[in-house]
Amino acid sequence: MLDVVGHVLSFSLYEGLVFGFVAIGVYLTFRVLGFPDLTVDGSFTLGAAVTAVLIVSGVNPFLATLAALGAGLCAGMATSLLNTKLRIPALLAGILVMVALYSINLRVMGGANVSLLREVTIFDQVSEFLGVSTRIGYQLVVAGVLAVIVFFILNWFLRTEIGLALRATGDNEQMVRGFGVNTDMTTILGVAIANGLVALGGAVVAQGQGFADVGMGIGMIVMGLAAVIIGEALFRPKGVARLLLAVLGGTFIYRLVISVALRLGMAPGDLKLITAVLVIIALAVPYLQKKIRREWQPPAARW
Amino acid sequence: MSENKSLLRLKQITKVFSKGTVDEVRALDKINLDVDAEDYIAIIGSNGAGKTTLLNIIAGVYPPENGGRIIVNDKEISGLSEYRRARYVGRVYQDPHIGTAAKMTIEENMAMALLRGQPRGLRVASDKQRRELFHAALAPLGLGLENRLNALVGTLSGGQRQALALVMATLSKPAILLLDEHVATLDPRTAQIVLDLTEMLVKREKMTTIMVTHNMELALRHGNRLIMMHKGRIVVDMNRGQKADLAINDLIVAFERASGEEFVDDNILLPSG
Repeated sequence: MLDVVGHVLSFSLYEGLVFGFVAIGVYLTFRVLGFPDLTVDGSFTLGAAVTAVLIVSGVNPFLATLAALGAGLCAGMATSLLNTKLRIPALLAGILVMVALYSINLRVMGGANVSLLREVTIFDQVSEFLGVSTRIGYQLVVAGVLAVIVFFILNWFLRTEIGLALRATGDNEQMVRGFGVNTDMTTILGVAIANGLVALGGAVVAQGQGFADVGMGIGMIVMGLAAVIIGEALFRPKGVARLLLAVLGGTFIYRLVISVALRLGMAPGDLKLITAVLVIIALAVPYLQKKIRREWQPPAARW
Repeated sequence: MSENKSLLRLKQITKVFSKGTVDEVRALDKINLDVDAEDYIAIIGSNGAGKTTLLNIIAGVYPPENGGRIIVNDKEISGLSEYRRARYVGRVYQDPHIGTAAKMTIEENMAMALLRGQPRGLRVASDKQRRELFHAALAPLGLGLENRLNALVGTLSGGQRQALALVMATLSKPAILLLDEHVATLDPRTAQIVLDLTEMLVKREKMTTIMVTHNMELALRHGNRLIMMHKGRIVVDMNRGQKADLAINDLIVAFERASGEEFVDDNILLPSG
């Protein structure tokens, strides 16, 4: 029994960290930039596809993982360029790139999936390097080290002069423009970084599960939102560092709940429906509360 | 000629909204205006006179119609977009929410403002030295904001936010300060604090200032020059000497003489607020 609990906890921790990259990406676009970016479902798969194909063709798995990050940056750039330079609404721009990426991912992989089962991944390399042979052990090491790196870079970046301009763009675009910030540039930068992180998550997930599949990104955006909402609700974070940790924590809790539900016999196919319902409830509750207390005011604008 | 010492020159500025439709509005009609470096201009006029449009044209929110030119320090800036003009132009809006970022701290807002018009890099935006600078800039407000640098701006009152917006707009000393009815939504006491602060900052930093207001009394009390707009034109332009002994009634007479219309806007007579 304790064995099972330990396994579920550690596996959820691993998943919380790798899917945490996706959640941080979603957090950057939706919350920090106020840019509802739906590219995520496509860029997650893109990261997995690029890494898998490169590893199969003999590229060092670390380089292949970095390449996935780069591919994600490009995907995010495509969406944000559509929005800032061609004035296509953010939601639509994201959907367009997500759909386009479906075809691109098929082209990249040359089919619907790529197997990594007989390839050397970053997990194998780390396992060999550290001499850790328990699967969950080296999985946690890889995910943990990557998460720490991402956390420190973002925690620093979001407090730099550029990072501040990026956050202010989402908070009050008119104001930052008045202080000389090219808000098109900050938007492009932010959405690119977000999708880079999402693709990084896809790359690690593909190597962890041993394959990349064209459908593996479906629902990533909803999962990311659920994780962000859980993290915000449970930890009520203040400040950049705590926000990032809260998003990682939210992802962990989300994956834990899912793991437990699956163990208790929930059909895996129902997962996305339940997640969607969770997000709907979480988004609707604050509004309904205000409505009941008669505090609700129509917003100035909606996406 | 005085033209050479003018800091800001507007030449043949026209702005038409909804061009070519039945709703076509000529918000600005061939405006020519020379603003001297030491000018502190109060612009009054009824709704739709073109006051805010004029500020928007100067700030670069939208370009003037073809042929219009905006010149700052002998440099044409008509083609520069809004964010590129930020190094010349600081602005405070009527709505305190526009001039500050609610989800960021006072310190972060000030750090944004400090780098007006400068390239932003990968340096952490605020350090001890900058915090001391923010402290010194906020202390004269007497609102205690200098001791709350880590407070989110969204937790401040409207008056506090507007005072902060004014400090932020002037922090890096832009050549031109645009005030767009910046005390109109504040209670009388806070409005007075913000107005006093405005006077102090304008004098100290010697910024060329253009203040739009609905309030005649305010326009008479503040600034060295008074401009009255009507239907996209400048109909009255008085210097310090001409406005010194003026009363509100004289202004109304001046307006009626210049525009050839009876003065009907009750709104403009509201007491200072």
